[in-house]
Amino acid sequence: MDIKKYTEKILSALPKEAVKSVQEFRGQVSLIVESERIIDVLKLLRDRFGFRYLIDLTAVDHLPNEPRFEVVYHLWCHAEKRLIRVKTFAKGEPPTISSVVGLWSTANWHERECYDMFGIIFDGHPDLRRILLWEGFDGHPLRKDYPVEGRDEKRNN
Amino acid sequence: MRKEIIKLNVGPQHPSTHGVLRLLVELEGEVVVSCDPDIGYLHRGIEKLMENRTYHRSIPLTERVDYLAGAANSLGYILAVERLLGIEEIPPRARYIRVIVAELTRIASHLFWLATHGHDLGAMTPLFYALRDREVIMDFFEKWAGKRLFPNMFRVGGVAKDFPDGMEQEIRKFAEELPEKMKDYETLLTKNPIWINRTKGVGVLSIDEVLDWGLSGPMARGSGLDFDIRKVDPYLGYDEFDFVVPLGKNGDTYDRYLIRLEEMRQSCRIILQALDRMPKGDIMIDDYKVAFPPKEKVVNGEYLIPHYLLVVKGFKTPKGEVFHHTEAPKGELAFYIVSDGSEHPYRVKIRTPSFVNLQVISKLAKGRLLSDLIALIGTIDIVLADVDR
Repeated sequence: MDIKKYTEKILSALPKEAVKSVQEFRGQVSLIVESERIIDVLKLLRDRFGFRYLIDLTAVDHLPNEPRFEVVYHLWCHAEKRLIRVKTFAKGEPPTISSVVGLWSTANWHERECYDMFGIIFDGHPDLRRILLWEGFDGHPLRKDYPVEGRDEKRNN
Repeated sequence: MRKEIIKLNVGPQHPSTHGVLRLLVELEGEVVVSCDPDIGYLHRGIEKLMENRTYHRSIPLTERVDYLAGAANSLGYILAVERLLGIEEIPPRARYIRVIVAELTRIASHLFWLATHGHDLGAMTPLFYALRDREVIMDFFEKWAGKRLFPNMFRVGGVAKDFPDGMEQEIRKFAEELPEKMKDYETLLTKNPIWINRTKGVGVLSIDEVLDWGLSGPMARGSGLDFDIRKVDPYLGYDEFDFVVPLGKNGDTYDRYLIRLEEMRQSCRIILQALDRMPKGDIMIDDYKVAFPPKEKVVNGEYLIPHYLLVVKGFKTPKGEVFHHTEAPKGELAFYIVSDGSEHPYRVKIRTPSFVNLQVISKLAKGRLLSDLIALIGTIDIVLADVDR
């Protein structure tokens, strides 16, 4: 089954108002999903289409666009050998989105990393604290308004 | 008798933590009640740095993600950039060089794993044998690239340098001899009762647990999940090679040990097949907007100017996002690149196998002895640079 047909098959099973649009680039499909429905969509993809492996969960900062933080999920289906990308936005201040730790245990560290690097709050995460940086670090370094040379760091030159 | 929980700090500076991993362990006697990994000691902000560099200038950074398998990381990155640019074909010789180097890197990484894993569990001799053989691979890289750990020779559109004269024969000799030498390692460990007692039934994972924890590489295959990206989503023409993906039955540390040994033998097979098929010819595509022109031609203005622009300004990529995963020695290594159409990536996410695989240690260690924890660190095969990026 080619990728267009397969995407249509998935779309027909997903609730209509949940998926805002579909993008395709270099043979990879992205579903852009309403942030309120993200758990439903991922659960459906996992249980009905066999996307049981959450490869990666990350975020992209789209400063100065609003909403600013895009959360990206990459899923893999072992049976069909297919990849699908699901994207949504974390809205509000601080940016918040539901946690998927209930669906995949592996999301735990991915979400902690996203919180550490972008300051996104994952609602329902059992243990949301910094993972790579230390507690008490000021700011979230992968945000676009965080300078690459760091803040208040002593420079050698 | 008095019962109390002892809190123990393992690491960050401890030989059996394979780098700077700190484990906060709670013990009741010798039994682990809880284990909380504390990572980030080696965080270098590679993803942030890459956002501010041209695509080519990021290659040395990516090699330092997993420093025991340098070339495997830059390969994953280069393939992601090529997919972003829409480059589908590179000259066959370059492709075979990439395959050979990737497989040599896998062998080097697995040999180092065998050395340290064995040493952690009290077997000293494999360390000397395995590092002796790894040294040969390091010498290949030194001869080819001038560098041992990070060859830094992969470029968008090909490789920077061809193998020097005579190296193909040397690699062939190595790949033919290694399976013989590995019989020695097996006599030391495979039937050794101490080794079996320390590894069998330790860190057992079912397929459902593997999927739930997002494990990949030997960690997934040890439990019998048939998942090798070289087979299920082939890149670099891996589908043309004849090799077997070893699978485990019990999903324990012993099975994963057997799998990594078998993977080294299979890598030798791939290397020999690639050497047989490797044609002579170009090692770089001739699209000088993205690929470096041959060095000897760079005296001529026709090649000098594109070369200069490529070095100083870099190349622009189409707007879009790509995801590319490769089978790195430790598991699935994926690069997710978002491009806004400029010379710099807008966002790069490096999904490293060690980061994801390490997470499962708190689950596996619970209720086991402290000495099993050391076996678990070894079997997950982590490199802390790969965990922290």
